[in-house]
Amino acid sequence: MNTTLAKMSVGQTGEISGFQESNHSVENLLQMGLTEGSEIEILRLAPSGDPIELRVSGYSLSMRKADAELVIVTI
Amino acid sequence: MDFGTEKTALDAKIVTTIGNPNTGKSTLFNRLTGLRQQVSNFPGVTVEYAKGHLALEEFDVQLIDVPGTYSLTAQSPDEIVAVDVLQGAVPETPLPDAVIIVIDSTNLRRNLFLCTQVLEAGIPAVIALNMTDSLPSLGIEINYPILEEILGIPLIPVSASTGDGITNLEAALVNTLRMPTPNRDLAICPDIDKAIEQLLSLFANHQVSSIEMRRAFIDKNGLADKRLSSRLGEPYSQLRDKLRSRLGKGRSISAIEARDRYSWINAALKKVQSVQDPNKNKAVEILDRVLNHPLIGSLIFVLTMGAIFQAVFAWASPLIELINLGVAALSQVSSDYLGDGLISSFVSNGLISGVGSVIVFLPQILILFIFIIILEDTGYISRAAFLMDRVMRGIGLSGQAFIPMLSSFACAVPGIMGTRIMADRHDRLATILAAPFMTCSARLPVYSLLIGTFIPNTHIFGGFIYLQGLTLLFLYLLGIVGGGITALIVSLLFWKRKKSTFLLEMPPYRLPKLSNVAIKLYGRAVVFLKRAGTIIFSVAVLVWVLASFPMGNGTKTEMPPSISQSYLGQMSKAVHPLFAPLGWDWKVTAAVIASFPAREVVIAALATIYAVDLSSDGKATPLSEKIKNAVHENGTKIYTIPMVLGLLVFYALCLQCMATVAVIRKETETWRWPIISWLYMTSLGYGGAFLVYQVGTAMAVAT
Repeated sequence: MNTTLAKMSVGQTGEISGFQESNHSVENLLQMGLTEGSEIEILRLAPSGDPIELRVSGYSLSMRKADAELVIVTI
Repeated sequence: MDFGTEKTALDAKIVTTIGNPNTGKSTLFNRLTGLRQQVSNFPGVTVEYAKGHLALEEFDVQLIDVPGTYSLTAQSPDEIVAVDVLQGAVPETPLPDAVIIVIDSTNLRRNLFLCTQVLEAGIPAVIALNMTDSLPSLGIEINYPILEEILGIPLIPVSASTGDGITNLEAALVNTLRMPTPNRDLAICPDIDKAIEQLLSLFANHQVSSIEMRRAFIDKNGLADKRLSSRLGEPYSQLRDKLRSRLGKGRSISAIEARDRYSWINAALKKVQSVQDPNKNKAVEILDRVLNHPLIGSLIFVLTMGAIFQAVFAWASPLIELINLGVAALSQVSSDYLGDGLISSFVSNGLISGVGSVIVFLPQILILFIFIIILEDTGYISRAAFLMDRVMRGIGLSGQAFIPMLSSFACAVPGIMGTRIMADRHDRLATILAAPFMTCSARLPVYSLLIGTFIPNTHIFGGFIYLQGLTLLFLYLLGIVGGGITALIVSLLFWKRKKSTFLLEMPPYRLPKLSNVAIKLYGRAVVFLKRAGTIIFSVAVLVWVLASFPMGNGTKTEMPPSISQSYLGQMSKAVHPLFAPLGWDWKVTAAVIASFPAREVVIAALATIYAVDLSSDGKATPLSEKIKNAVHENGTKIYTIPMVLGLLVFYALCLQCMATVAVIRKETETWRWPIISWLYMTSLGYGGAFLVYQVGTAMAVAT
């Protein structure tokens, strides 16, 4: 099933399958290692639910939901 | 470029360390150079770097530590410098003879991204594979020989924190310097390589380095791209666009590069890395869980920030008092020793108080720096940004603006300097312009004198709240609201060009190393003293000159001359009509003008003006008594409550700090922003004081 990174809940894991659009934010995400096929796990949310923190290619990264919305994930 | 003339000895070599943030790069740098280093600025840009010397066999190595970066796609000022150093484009910094690429072995995949980009610059390289001591606990195994074979350069496992492997690294560096071999072509993005070759051959006689052409082609509208466009003109832009669209077919070259590079890395990692279930460290896991708990974590965060804030003020105040006493005593001794006269006055009131007004800042600044360095070295600073992002977004900023803002409550100078980590230039500008509104420590003496003297210490709301405390709280809030609105205005002005940029690595918590904290603290203190100290000192001396000249033609005992005849007095009387609507007389005006370059000077200026002025009775009454009894020419009191409140508002909003102006100039690299900021804040201060005084006076008359 496909969803976006922003819609996942804490503890959930999945595999990046693509991006909603191609823009500068996506280029940044790619450079940080969020490429297609990478496994991700949602670690936690900030108290207000945004930003989110996730685990990707062996390290923790935090990003805003607006950016996470761009990432399509297969869970 | 020819740097031959700069290399005085035959064996002098330039080596640069480069790597991702949080890889222990500066720990390694400190390990290699020890205290033989200095923090400098790259000429023309604000970015600081550490430079150190290292004697290795027959080589005198100058080691340059460039700021940590994830990619050579230069976005923040810190990252742009890294690229420029690799292509020898930084003035006074020759092209390095070798590069030490620092890699966090626990995070190999992402670290190899930058590593392979750097290898494409063609400078002989050595890899320092750091944090190998943490690998077993994470269940990671790396086959070093095969990785070395794949990358084609020496790979040395080290632990910068324990010192393991450092001698091996030094030996490998010596080998590389003796026999520099060109890096193997890794053929990571063959299509892009072809396009770049084509571009390079067409502009072969323009001396474009291959790494510059590569970054320009890949990073559309990046710094290298813009530079080359203006240097090579239309023929370049046309060919570049043609090649980009042929290669990209609608996709961005940067995305292609990232995907190609990561698939190359993925393939390499399959051969060299195996990951088992980690043997989790119980203590680290518990710490992680507590610090990240939504409720407990937030509580710990608030307590930590509160404790830092408290410590900056509470721990510093006895030291500040000690410094003030010492300066006063020294000043007394020198005036006793030198007697009356111009030289004596210059030494005790100009020089000694000038130095004093600089070092009086050091306790707070150093304590603040210690905490910030510990926050950085433990990795907690990222946690702070993560927790505060939502709040800061309310004023159009990101979580990364939080620590600079917090620092600004001690002093805007380190706060503004701390905005360098922010990649988004508009976020950064908004933070820089908002920072001077925060109630810095230089405002506090003014607040405490005026509030302590004029605001009655009565209890209100059933005795729980003091009026004096409430006034102080109001002034703090005024600064926060003023800064918030300013940040919001800047964000709204640039909102179309703004993109959401909060992509922050959350490094694992690490124990800070004392020697690292000490070396960093020393470096930052020196930079602060150079940048702010020289200005504050010059201002103190300048104020003395303006208050002491022209000299009266009287006898020696009349030295220094009456303030009212001094340049300062004359200037104040001339501009006084402008400030009369705020309820000020020429003396208040003089003190405020004297404190425009550095607001804390106002206390000393008031003391000088009221003590030195011959028309006063000359009795040794404390300053608070003197200003309480000060009257206008018509006999009415000058310091009425509306006037005092207005003066407080003026000090809360006005940019009376040359050091801040100079730092804004340095960090924004233009005079536009410091001038706008100064005009904006001064108008706000004037307007605020005018409103408070006029409305307050009208209300007082009405009741």
